[in-house]
Amino acid sequence: MASTKLKAVDAVVVGSGVAGSIACKELAETGLQVVCLERGRMLDANHDFAMPYAHDELKFWRHSDLIQNLSRETLTFRNAMNETALPMREIGSFKPGECVGGAGVHWGGQTYRFLPWDFEPRSRTLERYGKGQISEDCTSQDWGITYDELEPYYDQFEHLYGVGGKAGNLNGEIQPGGNPFEGPRSREFPNPPKEPTFAGLLFAKAAESLGYKPFPTPSSAMTRPYTNPYRLMLSQCVNGGYCGHFACAMGARGTPLTTVLPALLKHKNFELRPLSNVIKVNLDSDKKRAVGVTYVDARGREIEQPADLVILASYTFNNTRLMLLSGIGKPYDPVSNQGVVGRNYSYQTMGGVSLFFDDKVFNRFMGGGGLGTIVDEYNGDNFDHTGLGFIGGAFLAVHSAGNLPIRSHPVPPGTPHWGSGWKKAVAHYYNRALLISVHGACQSYRSNYLDLDPTYRDAHGLPLLRVTFDFQENDHKMQIYTADKAAEIGKAMGPSKMKVSPAIEKYSIVPYQSTHNNGGAVMGADPATSAVNKYLQSWDVSNVFVIGASAFPQNSANSPTGTVGTLACWAADSLKDNYLKRPGALV
Amino acid sequence: MGDSDNVAQAHAFGYLTQPEVRFLDAALARLIPADELGPGAKEADVTYFIDQQLVSSWGNHGRNYRMGPWREGTPQQGFQSPLTPQEIYRVAIREANIYCSKQYGKTFNVLTTEQQDEVLHGLESGKIELESVSSKLFFSMLLRNTEEGFFSDPMYGGNRDKIGWKLIGFPGVAAFNYAEHMDKHNVPYRVEPVSILDIQQGRVRVDAQGYPKHVMLSKKD
Repeated sequence: MASTKLKAVDAVVVGSGVAGSIACKELAETGLQVVCLERGRMLDANHDFAMPYAHDELKFWRHSDLIQNLSRETLTFRNAMNETALPMREIGSFKPGECVGGAGVHWGGQTYRFLPWDFEPRSRTLERYGKGQISEDCTSQDWGITYDELEPYYDQFEHLYGVGGKAGNLNGEIQPGGNPFEGPRSREFPNPPKEPTFAGLLFAKAAESLGYKPFPTPSSAMTRPYTNPYRLMLSQCVNGGYCGHFACAMGARGTPLTTVLPALLKHKNFELRPLSNVIKVNLDSDKKRAVGVTYVDARGREIEQPADLVILASYTFNNTRLMLLSGIGKPYDPVSNQGVVGRNYSYQTMGGVSLFFDDKVFNRFMGGGGLGTIVDEYNGDNFDHTGLGFIGGAFLAVHSAGNLPIRSHPVPPGTPHWGSGWKKAVAHYYNRALLISVHGACQSYRSNYLDLDPTYRDAHGLPLLRVTFDFQENDHKMQIYTADKAAEIGKAMGPSKMKVSPAIEKYSIVPYQSTHNNGGAVMGADPATSAVNKYLQSWDVSNVFVIGASAFPQNSANSPTGTVGTLACWAADSLKDNYLKRPGALV
Repeated sequence: MGDSDNVAQAHAFGYLTQPEVRFLDAALARLIPADELGPGAKEADVTYFIDQQLVSSWGNHGRNYRMGPWREGTPQQGFQSPLTPQEIYRVAIREANIYCSKQYGKTFNVLTTEQQDEVLHGLESGKIELESVSSKLFFSMLLRNTEEGFFSDPMYGGNRDKIGWKLIGFPGVAAFNYAEHMDKHNVPYRVEPVSILDIQQGRVRVDAQGYPKHVMLSKKD
């Protein structure tokens, strides 16, 4: 198909989610002409998320049009290389966004920093435990950047998104009430934490009785009216539930739509083009330089947008797929362990301990994103792993994020799946149950990777991304160990019934787990094991930057969004301070 | 005319045929039965809800990947049938009724409740095999849709009179003042649930932000 070639711009950004919106705003502030291409539609908060229609669980939990439309493009999946990958035909395990704001519109709001250890897991493990602690096929590695380097950008992102929380470490001094294990913060959170819920207090009391130090979950649901550094105002969260998987009807959660876009759209040198699906980054003849991108617009026209700078800031899968489709970087080959694009795909291990009470009610439908109480004693390397046979860990937490009945009607073990027995248990326990999440890390392995599928294609005839992934021994051992610790806390909370469920043994794409997909275009200090350098710049094509959870070499226990936004702030600063002054390889 | 026929007549079905309505009414009455706790899925019009879901984009897999080749795959690879939910309900109900006729000499809806439970368990476990579609797949879809129809907003045709929400004490559309109640620990928040349908039809008023004011239930409600 002949494509229409547009006038060149300075920078084109692919994706308008958490990463893309920040990259656009920071670049637009320098006066560059910036175009953002977003595959999804434009949203109008006043109409798309108006009350009472925003409180529709069937629509937003089950059938949301904010989520990727798989009829046009999906991915294929298999657990292992000896299986045939088949298309993910319906949404299940994760929910990539497809709208202006991306998955950032429906995210849950828990806004963590990764631990300093998380950025250097391999070297610190070798230092503390020696070589035997990490299995040979594990490819988890250092990020090529440290917590201290990223700290100012965590701080920047937290102020953009109005995060509420309590510092546990201010410039090296441990603070009561916060997370004593966190890396040093340069200042307090911009907003105070939410008041703990009844469920959170029960958990905190039990955790304290076992010697742990519970603290409030850092959250991007506003704990008071807040004006961010882009001069945008967010209203206070009213704990109405309908939070994660939903777009907040109050505009009270930090998202690209509430914290960045209204300010971004005021820049005359910025243009947002929704319903524009980028299918390729165009390179010059020696493949060393990008000359722009090609996208398909809402009318199906193929359009070429030339640009001096190309920033891929779409979802993890699409960042990697665009690199593979465009020939940027060497594709990963798991057999020889050579190549980098598609390497180190990881996920999140989600276990839990369900507690059922007969003498307590929790009003579980109330609450909001990130309203919770956590302990971090079993996260990262906060505990001695000697003799445990695994690295990494999990945070243990009780969250009151608003439990709605289609998704959440927990019943004790042994309850029939249907019939009067089921009905009775649901009626009794809907409001008398709670979950301690065992929110675990996920290491990277040679056998877990992304490449292009040989069979299945998207609506444009382009190969789908193929995901080969399964949880591995390290993940299982870690989950069993940490779920056991969660069960001890659970027992101390005095439930009448309890069910311990570490993360599923064999990864399945069917049940929803988390939209925490990582890797494929990982950052690092060595071009032999990373696709982008520490500035998120392609090693091979220096005017292409790839920002997102695609850059995570493996996953921490903590949810990724805080670090995704932080990487965007960091990359944008590197672009402004270094790249734009002297375009070329920054390393 | 049986009870189930009366329920069926209350709605204009967009997809389901009358034998299918009778099958579903009977199945729903076993999955979430009317009992001492109150009405069940059949009384909540979940059959009509399923009908409406089947004519929606979901029923046609409007947002699903639908290109071949088709292979069965592993359980971990998820849904791999070439059929849409519309087609699955149609063929699975027909084939389940054929099984019932062979086994018991009657279609599913006129079996005894014990026989109906036997058939449902057989579909759930895969012990009863259907010709065109996995019986487990059909059963899990039916159970999922039943729960959805029992707990979703009545504007989708099920959860009539907010039967499902009243059963579990779910208030529906949230009120603006939850924060005040969240400090009251271990005190159930018992209100007359409010649906989007209630607000659409003017039965419940909303404040300037669009939130309803909940009416608290008294002890004896």
